[in-house]
Amino acid sequence: MHPAISVIIFTALSGLGFGMMVFLGLGMLDVSGWVAFIFVAIAYALAGGGLLSSLFHLGHPERFLKAFTQWRSSWLSREGVLSMAAMGVFGIYALLWIFMDNRIEWLGYIAAFLSVLTIFSTSMIYAQMKSVPRWHTPMTSVMYLMYGLAGGALLTSQVVLAGWLMLALAIVQITTWVLGDGAFAKTGSDTGTATGLGFLGKVRLLEKPHTGTNYLMSEMIHVIGRKHIMKLRIIGLGLGSLIPAVLLLALPASHLIALVVILVHMVGLFVQRWLFFAEAEHVVGLYYGQR
Amino acid sequence: MTTLPQSTEKKLGLVIDLDTCVGCHACVISCKEWNTSNYGAPLSDMDAYGAEPVGTFLNRVHTFEVKQENKPAQVTHFPKSCLHCEDAPCVTVCPTGASYKRVEDGIVLVNESDCIGCGLCAWSCPYGAREMDAAEGVMKKCTLCVDRIYNENIPEEDRVPSCVRTCPAGARHFGDFADPESNVSILTAAREGFDLMPEQGTKPVNKYLPPRPKTDVEQIDILGPLLARQPEETGGFLGWLDRTLEKL
Repeated sequence: MHPAISVIIFTALSGLGFGMMVFLGLGMLDVSGWVAFIFVAIAYALAGGGLLSSLFHLGHPERFLKAFTQWRSSWLSREGVLSMAAMGVFGIYALLWIFMDNRIEWLGYIAAFLSVLTIFSTSMIYAQMKSVPRWHTPMTSVMYLMYGLAGGALLTSQVVLAGWLMLALAIVQITTWVLGDGAFAKTGSDTGTATGLGFLGKVRLLEKPHTGTNYLMSEMIHVIGRKHIMKLRIIGLGLGSLIPAVLLLALPASHLIALVVILVHMVGLFVQRWLFFAEAEHVVGLYYGQR
Repeated sequence: MTTLPQSTEKKLGLVIDLDTCVGCHACVISCKEWNTSNYGAPLSDMDAYGAEPVGTFLNRVHTFEVKQENKPAQVTHFPKSCLHCEDAPCVTVCPTGASYKRVEDGIVLVNESDCIGCGLCAWSCPYGAREMDAAEGVMKKCTLCVDRIYNENIPEEDRVPSCVRTCPAGARHFGDFADPESNVSILTAAREGFDLMPEQGTKPVNKYLPPRPKTDVEQIDILGPLLARQPEETGGFLGWLDRTLEKL
């Protein structure tokens, strides 16, 4: 799949933002006043910035309000509705916290719960795609939630918790890759089933429908950069979870280390999200002799 | 509403005969012509006269080669357009309700004024039946020529999808699969029509008819009849001429 920069920013930043809202909503981070305001502002900037970035992916962004209507059937619509609900509830919780110094526990729990649901629904936009076997697994949701929670814990100064979550994230990430590598073959789909001609023998594409490219090929068949996948995986795993885990658990906590870990984690997160799209193969590639 | 109907009154769709298709791409062109000048946004071309032309098409013809070991290869032309699936994933993923399946005839359509151009429906389709129009920013797909098949302003013989009307080989058939007596139902049953990628669980309405397996035909030596020719006994003048010339 084509790794569109707007979608990478959307999933990465909004995951971090809602991850922060989970821990702030759960009552962690014992601060108040201006300091609380700064953390809340960062959470909003990440979640809102991510959502805003997703609008750049649209052909008609001015019609985005229509996307809130189909929550009964569409995960993308649910994602929109839940993100607004999470940000709304968290907003009330944050206002009372910052200005009245009153953290209402149950309101925070609702905000945290809605934030988890939002990250989950983001993951389901991809996990529901049967046409993309690597994504069509519960591991996609586990992975998105783990990135959100580990990143959220990190950004809300939960040093030890973030360290352990980063370690768990590394395991989840490796598992996702290992399972994902065999996912396409497991579907049983090949050029034979795609054309229905498998009963006649071995099927291969002789001629594409046209000499140039098309929307389907540029959107679903992304082969650029695949040869560097192992290197990128190691970079993504190291920067995204393993190095942050070591730094958080082994070194004494300080603002400087926290800042370094945040930067390292975010670079790793972007590498991982790029890979998430670039590695994913769509079955439509079978009609083009490419995956 | 982007939930799928429980069932549809009719199941309009196509039968595509892979044994008959000659790969002329006439259906591709007639589809583009009809659908660029009628219902909905035109099917744009980008850089049409430049180095890298690319455009929106609702129907494309691929060509595949099938090969068994020690047998000659067999070439099959393979037209592909929307299969109007009963369990269409492209409908349920749509966040705006722009994508829908009609209860009355099962046609899957896009309401272009509701489409935000997120592209998720194209991702969800295993068959590559949907293409985002680069100029219009909305999703385009086969409408089964909904503006032809019910159109009383055109002659009755034209009230079929443009691709079916234009096919010079008669490889495309249009009809109602809900009716077991319809042309398409009978054809599908008689020729063992099949679904594309049934493992995707989309329950396509359109069916494909298999090409006859040419690889199983015994090898024919095309020179055989000539080489094995026995001298014929011819009478009359020609016979005399033949014998005389032979003696010379």
